[in-house]
Amino acid sequence: MPMHLQLDARGRVRHAGPTMRLLGSGGGLLGRDFFTLFRLRRPHGISDMAGLMHHAGARLQVRFRDPPHTQFKGVAVPAGDGALVNLSFGISIVEAIRTHDLKSRDFAPTDLTVEMLYLLEAKETILEEWRRLNSRLQSARVAAEEQAFTDTLTGLRNRRAMDHVLDRLVRDGHPFGLVHLDLDFFKQVNDTFGHAAGDHVLQVAARAMVDVTRSEDTLVRAGGDEFVLILPGLVDARRLEDLACRLIERLEEPISFEGHQCRISGSAGIAVSHGGGVQPVAVLLDQADRALYASKKEGRGRATVFSVERHDTAHAPSLPDTVEKDAGNA
Amino acid sequence: MHGLVNRAIQCFVRDTYGGTMWERLARQSDAPVAGFEAMFVYDDEVTERMLCAAEDLLGRDRAIVLEDLGTYLVSHPNVGSLRRLLRFGGDTFPEFLDSLDDLPSRAALAVPELELPRFDVMQGEGGIVRVLCRSPRAGFGHVLVGIMRTLADDYGALVLLEHEGREGENEWISVSVLSADFAQGRPFQLAADR
Repeated sequence: MPMHLQLDARGRVRHAGPTMRLLGSGGGLLGRDFFTLFRLRRPHGISDMAGLMHHAGARLQVRFRDPPHTQFKGVAVPAGDGALVNLSFGISIVEAIRTHDLKSRDFAPTDLTVEMLYLLEAKETILEEWRRLNSRLQSARVAAEEQAFTDTLTGLRNRRAMDHVLDRLVRDGHPFGLVHLDLDFFKQVNDTFGHAAGDHVLQVAARAMVDVTRSEDTLVRAGGDEFVLILPGLVDARRLEDLACRLIERLEEPISFEGHQCRISGSAGIAVSHGGGVQPVAVLLDQADRALYASKKEGRGRATVFSVERHDTAHAPSLPDTVEKDAGNA
Repeated sequence: MHGLVNRAIQCFVRDTYGGTMWERLARQSDAPVAGFEAMFVYDDEVTERMLCAAEDLLGRDRAIVLEDLGTYLVSHPNVGSLRRLLRFGGDTFPEFLDSLDDLPSRAALAVPELELPRFDVMQGEGGIVRVLCRSPRAGFGHVLVGIMRTLADDYGALVLLEHEGREGENEWISVSVLSADFAQGRPFQLAADR
């Protein structure tokens, strides 16, 4: 029992086990009053030998009154005219070992403390491995999501990402502008110069979109030559129109591909959500769609802002001739 | 084989011979170049293929490769935890030797899926300790030689070690402790630094 104390009839330490002697920092333990050295935390209120003996055999919790206030669990039994108190470290074991620089020889051969320390450290090592694994899996998940939301040809977002972003904006009631853009004469480029030229044109067009928008905007290739720009906070119709026109101007710059000059343009339809979740996503997309068809009908290479008065009337959204002709040429 | 073992081989090759060597070895043995997850269990065959590739690429016998792996496991700063865990076995090298037969059950407390060999420690003639390492998979004995050789230095003990070969599932290692406190050794605190 390297951590025992023998107390005399008045509660003074008559003898201390070798490990206990290591812990008695400062003046040492021998001859000192047990109740001055230690505070009994449980059972509460023990301050003399009579109290201690009243709880003989019971579970004790004690701590040093002096720093570092090491805590112990223990038990006291009568011995001769005094008492024998056997102590062990409780849950504060790691701290105590660090503070007092204890070695495994300082513990009784029957004491499981060293085994517990071993286990603690082994489990901590394994836990660290799990943590690393978790963080690797987390990054892999982020990368996979990123991939699942990206159009591989242009690097813009895909339709799935668009649904995700639009749902979130509408749900959170954020105002935003929506530009639905179709490339004009793209089919001709594809037919005349081949798919490689078409792919190149799409990439150049995507770059133009990145250039005229802000980093917080979501740029989507919604399909073939069809794009959707989602512009959070941008609900001023004139500014949206400006942006779309600047973009169309950029698209009309000739694009060189293997010695050929590819020429395209763009038609845009603009819709605005003023937030508050009043406009369902489908309605908004439909409005942008109608505005786009109006642009196409009016001769392409232009942008139209949706307005209820102009587009939500009885003859919209049909415009059958225009729609068919443009769809064929797009 | 447990991912910890495969990862040990991966880190040993990477830290000792460099990342390029690891990539070559991984390609040659059809192992994941990005490395193994320590907490997964893999097919035994990939471990065998890695060891074959290591013999080939490093130009060393398997026994040497495995012994170097053992040395790496308890000496390289990247894997400091294993050295500490093993030092819990005892205050001196002879005590550590005696505690070897506890090692598999200790390891199982932390990682139940890790199938370590069984160890038996016997006092032989003339103060020689014979360690029996018993596993259906050959080679653990050589890793153990590397571990014991390095830990002996760690304890400051002077020892002679010899792998006596394999019979069936049994690998025998003889250990003669010439001096348990030959040198100062590295200090060991029960509570890890924070």
